[in-house]
Amino acid sequence: MREGGGVKIEALWVELEEFRLCDINLEIAEGEYFVILGPTGAGKTVLLETIAGLHQPYRGRILLAGEDITYAPPERRGIGFVYQDYALFPHLSVAGNIAFGLRLRGMGRGEIEGRVAAIGRLLGIEHLLHRMPGTLSGGEAQRVALARALVVEPRLLLLDEPLSALDPETSEALQRELGRIHRELGTTTIHVTHDFEEAVALGDRIAVLKEDRLGEGLREGRIVQVGRPEEIFRRPANEFVARFVGVRNIFRGEARPAEDGYELVSVGGVEIAAVTELEGPVHVSVRPEDIVLSREPLRSSARNAFQGRIVGISNRGTVAYITVRVPPDFVCMITRRSLEEMKLREGMWVHIAFKASAVHVF
Amino acid sequence: MNGTSPRAPSSRGGKKGTKMRALFADRMRVSFVVLGSLLILFVAWPLVRTVTATGPAVLWQTLLDEEVRSSIGLTFYASLLATAIAFTCGVPLAYLLARVDFPGKRLVEGLIDLPIVVPHSAAGIALLMVFGRRTLLGQAFGLLGLRFVSSLPGIVIAMLFVSLSFLVNAAREGFEAVNPRLERVARTLGASPWRVFWGVSFPLAWRSILSGMILMWARGISEFGAVVILAYHPMVAPILLYERFESFGLDYARPIATLLILTCLATFTALRFVAGGRRRA
Repeated sequence: MREGGGVKIEALWVELEEFRLCDINLEIAEGEYFVILGPTGAGKTVLLETIAGLHQPYRGRILLAGEDITYAPPERRGIGFVYQDYALFPHLSVAGNIAFGLRLRGMGRGEIEGRVAAIGRLLGIEHLLHRMPGTLSGGEAQRVALARALVVEPRLLLLDEPLSALDPETSEALQRELGRIHRELGTTTIHVTHDFEEAVALGDRIAVLKEDRLGEGLREGRIVQVGRPEEIFRRPANEFVARFVGVRNIFRGEARPAEDGYELVSVGGVEIAAVTELEGPVHVSVRPEDIVLSREPLRSSARNAFQGRIVGISNRGTVAYITVRVPPDFVCMITRRSLEEMKLREGMWVHIAFKASAVHVF
Repeated sequence: MNGTSPRAPSSRGGKKGTKMRALFADRMRVSFVVLGSLLILFVAWPLVRTVTATGPAVLWQTLLDEEVRSSIGLTFYASLLATAIAFTCGVPLAYLLARVDFPGKRLVEGLIDLPIVVPHSAAGIALLMVFGRRTLLGQAFGLLGLRFVSSLPGIVIAMLFVSLSFLVNAAREGFEAVNPRLERVARTLGASPWRVFWGVSFPLAWRSILSGMILMWARGISEFGAVVILAYHPMVAPILLYERFESFGLDYARPIATLLILTCLATFTALRFVAGGRRRA
């Protein structure tokens, strides 16, 4: 494997006209897939652009593989960048776009062609090489942008909302692709997104970036929590993270095909039926409002029915969140009225059910 | 999806009839067509009238006139020089105006637009105040053998002054239309600021810059007011035309006018064609 290196960001402050980043401290290991998660806004892009050297911080340091690159110009950093809007050079063909960085390195024609073809194969875009960017679909364009960034073998890859401009289907396909490419190349990656499930699916670790409005159009961003995906949604560090992440049932499991076109995902001790084409290690999520809870066994069309004990009740005004340990723990949302009618208590045995179509596999 | 032609030419397909009818879709459009046509007629009629009033024989005669030929040549050449100077200094300026928010930017933009609103004879006087024979700058250039009064350099600076706004503004719009992210990505791929400019920004703004250059060149060729004050001689075509009109009357001026109109028309149609023909797929 190539020589890479981790990223270390120490007490970084960036101040732009309408936005500032406060005291950013991050340590990203070599080969790690690191996700920065936060609501839609300019802050995350600013952080990535600062790491790439496109903005100057006024305080703090950025180290890449132990080397201080805080004041190095972008072209000397060896950092790849992919924007949400692809930013392909419209006057160059797909091959020309991918070869852009290689040409700057003074490579011979034959070597450039070889590398462009190789990265094209890796991303499944060989058939597009002669096309102009204006004729590509969103998913194709984003693959080209990825190829262009990866072909120069960057020490660090920065992805700025790479899936947000795509339709859901393309986005999911490319998300899996990102995971595969990362496993194959092992490039240290920082991926910025506002989508929690994307963050969980891809990230070895997640940092949550919070933005505050300071008035007069000024906004300020800071990191409020860093941790493994489970830590972020099981133990949110504060109210903001809890609200942003929401209450979720997210599990890691193994998917395998079953009869009737369903897939079974084994999660801990149970098997959850779902509708998906994915197999192998996956994540599943079920929204708390999609789970039906009752004291008696349910007779319904729902494929997933489990029995468990109530281990937590959280009353939130008009609704309540009930944690049921099957195990694993499922959080269900019911109205306060149902809570009172069913006279639910902690330690009580209950039945839960949800449809296979309510299970999102990613 | 094949995706090869995202902008399918569905509206093209030779349906001129329906397109023509769209002009007269309702009464408002009909009255707008009438009003707009008046203006088009106002431009086209005098031009056509001038051109048709001159027989080919007379036109040929005029073309053989050495003074006329050299005058037209001088005009095109001087304006080309002015455009080249504006290109060298104006494209960098335009890039700065498009990319950087610096203090005093508004003032600079105002200054660039000023030559359009100043009466051109006044601009000529102003240039004379700086580049005249007895001025500091005039004498300094004189030592280098450059004289501005009654000479080619005078014609060039007069044309430059009154027409540079066209090039700078067009180039600025061209650069503004280039997504700054393209430049940023190019930097991360290893390009220095110079390489980014020549490899990304300039080629993408080129069409705008080129059309600005054409516009500026045309504006320079037609300049009379500022040139006449700095350099009555050597005579540029508009001045020659004026002089023939004053000394000999309409019948002698008209063939030159016809020749000028036809030459300009041919040149700019050709240039527009070249510039427009480079449209990308």
